[in-house]
Amino acid sequence: MALSDISRFVLLRQYGNMRPIFPVVDSKRPVIKHQPFSVIVGQELLQAQALSCIRQDRVLFEQLSFTVRAGDILQVAGKNGAGKSSLLRLLAGLSAPDEGTLHYRSQPLSDVVDDYAANLCFIGHQSGIHEQLTALENLAFWRAAAGVPQPDDYALLAQLGLAGLEDIPCNMLSAGQQRRVSLARLWFTSCQVWILDEPFTALDQSAIAMLQQYFLQHLNRGGAIVLTTHQNLTLQYNSLTTLELAYRW
Amino acid sequence: MFKWLHPLAKPETVYQLCGRLYPWLLTAALLLLLLGNIWGLAFTPPDYQQGDSYRIIHIHVPAAIMSMGAYSAMAIAAFVALVWQVKVAQWSVLAIAPIGAVYTAIALITGMAWGKPMWGTWWVWDARLTSELILLFLYLGVIALSGAFSDRQTGAKVASLLAVVGVINLPVIHFSVEWWNTLHQGASITKFAKPSIDPSMLWPLLISILAFKVLMLALICLRLRTAILVNEQHRPWVRAMAGDQ
Amino acid sequence: MVALATFLQRELRLLARQKADWLNPVLFFVIVLSLFPLGIGPEPNLLRIIAPGVIWIAALLSVLLAAERLFKDDYRNGVLEQLVATRQALWPFVFAKLISNWLSTGLPLVLLSPLVALLLNVDSASFLAMLLTLLLGTPLLSLLSVLGAALTVSADKGGILLALLILPLYIPLLIFASAAMEAAAMALPYYGQLAIMLAMLLVALALVPFAVNSALKINVS
Repeated sequence: MALSDISRFVLLRQYGNMRPIFPVVDSKRPVIKHQPFSVIVGQELLQAQALSCIRQDRVLFEQLSFTVRAGDILQVAGKNGAGKSSLLRLLAGLSAPDEGTLHYRSQPLSDVVDDYAANLCFIGHQSGIHEQLTALENLAFWRAAAGVPQPDDYALLAQLGLAGLEDIPCNMLSAGQQRRVSLARLWFTSCQVWILDEPFTALDQSAIAMLQQYFLQHLNRGGAIVLTTHQNLTLQYNSLTTLELAYRW
Repeated sequence: MFKWLHPLAKPETVYQLCGRLYPWLLTAALLLLLLGNIWGLAFTPPDYQQGDSYRIIHIHVPAAIMSMGAYSAMAIAAFVALVWQVKVAQWSVLAIAPIGAVYTAIALITGMAWGKPMWGTWWVWDARLTSELILLFLYLGVIALSGAFSDRQTGAKVASLLAVVGVINLPVIHFSVEWWNTLHQGASITKFAKPSIDPSMLWPLLISILAFKVLMLALICLRLRTAILVNEQHRPWVRAMAGDQ
Repeated sequence: MVALATFLQRELRLLARQKADWLNPVLFFVIVLSLFPLGIGPEPNLLRIIAPGVIWIAALLSVLLAAERLFKDDYRNGVLEQLVATRQALWPFVFAKLISNWLSTGLPLVLLSPLVALLLNVDSASFLAMLLTLLLGTPLLSLLSVLGAALTVSADKGGILLALLILPLYIPLLIFASAAMEAAAMALPYYGQLAIMLAMLLVALALVPFAVNSALKINVS
């Protein structure tokens, strides 16, 4: 951190809403060009067979089977506590199903878990943003975790409507702005499978529209998305499947 | 061998196996305990040096040996639980830990009770005593950790991991304590020369050791059965069994 | 390597912004040390005799104090969960935590050791031993406290639980470190103790990251 950075940081800590001078970026300029995935659209990516999940002595779901193909978007719906997050965490390989099997590209998930993890971008219910770090620092962290080289983070954040907020600690941003920082990862990831837990939480209408548009691009490239949301997707997706989880006692 | 072991990964099989073994083990344990302790406490001759107070070894020695035996059993179960993700092994860890802790506590308390007339003090920082005390801490750590999570499954797994960490550390702790003690107090009461034991005392002792071992197995069966039922309460086989009764 | 450098930079930034996290344990170390003469008496020879044990016990407790917060923030805000999902990125993260933990808790103790030597009337021969044992021992303390923090990260009640898990594992280190200092005070060679401490450090360095890795995975599953 250069001295000027430090002084600006101190100023920002003291005068949270002061706008310092920032490098001018063209927010219309596309940040990263993504290549299409080398897959046939319709190829099976994830296959769930007869999944069961038990948490705290409660059966969340049983005998759940579905397939996610390249180009598919799967919306997991259901009431609070129906097991949506638990299902996503199973799909992200974080926990193992109590019964049933998961296949990735027709191979058992446990055999190819490293390949799968390398091709998976999971953003959970919590944003994955450290409040004491700035948007830029949080992005740098996730970029290093994903092994992606340095893109133009200023341009990316500007595109997400965060121009001027790049180096303010995230605890001074609103919930929606923090969510934008968290979702910025989707713009530089090269992973094919996205698993997103409530990505629209706290976002305003324009951000939701932008994100849905970006989902469409990802699907057209041959990507796949599994997400939970309480809102209806306003954009028409041809490959949308909705999986309704019933709340069970 | 793995073919033979494989059914044991299935909770239902283990439940039934434990159920079949438990009455036999418990009966054998009680008979052996009665035999070993009555023989040892009432019918062996008193020690020429220690008089009657040595008789506590019929409880102290088996408990001390089995406190370590229980830890190795727990660590093996924990290793299996972590490497092969066998749930029954995780539950075994939690089934064994309190039994091991109680055996350790028995060994410590009886050791102190023996130390008072023999050494003139309840506690000395002898290497063995200290190791046993640390063993108790390790057991308590496993038990406390397993209960510290809102998700029972997580608790069982983390406790298994700690048990494995503990077993790697146990020899280091043991040897460092032994080395520390010899450094601090060379020829003291800890170098107590044990008279080689007379066969008339040895046999009841061996029977008591066997009795504590079989009792431990019986208690593990009992606790493991309960753990399986608690954790598998949603499975069809448990429901069918509950429905039958 | 890129990831390790970036993660380490992140941890150091966080240390710079959350100073209480590492300053409080260091202060605790100094305060505990200054309480001993008050409780036991200011007799210089007595202080010299108890110094090795006292210094090392204070070091253990202060490191333990710092350990609790190690993974808490990252667990709460979901960073940990999403890192575990990436699988490979967890390794550099664990090493970054280890290094930053030593820099923020172990290194200050090493730097404070001259002051401590003055407070407890430690002579120069023992001071050298104290410096060497702290240099070899504090990384081991960091390894074990990172392990303890990883085991208990999603536990409902941390605190005393962490002490129960980790303090028994500290015992060998406590024994050899204070023995080395005592030997030095009696002008005896203490390379043996240092060699054993180094051996323990290397073994822990080889094994602990695996245990931390799987503890974190279990805690977010």
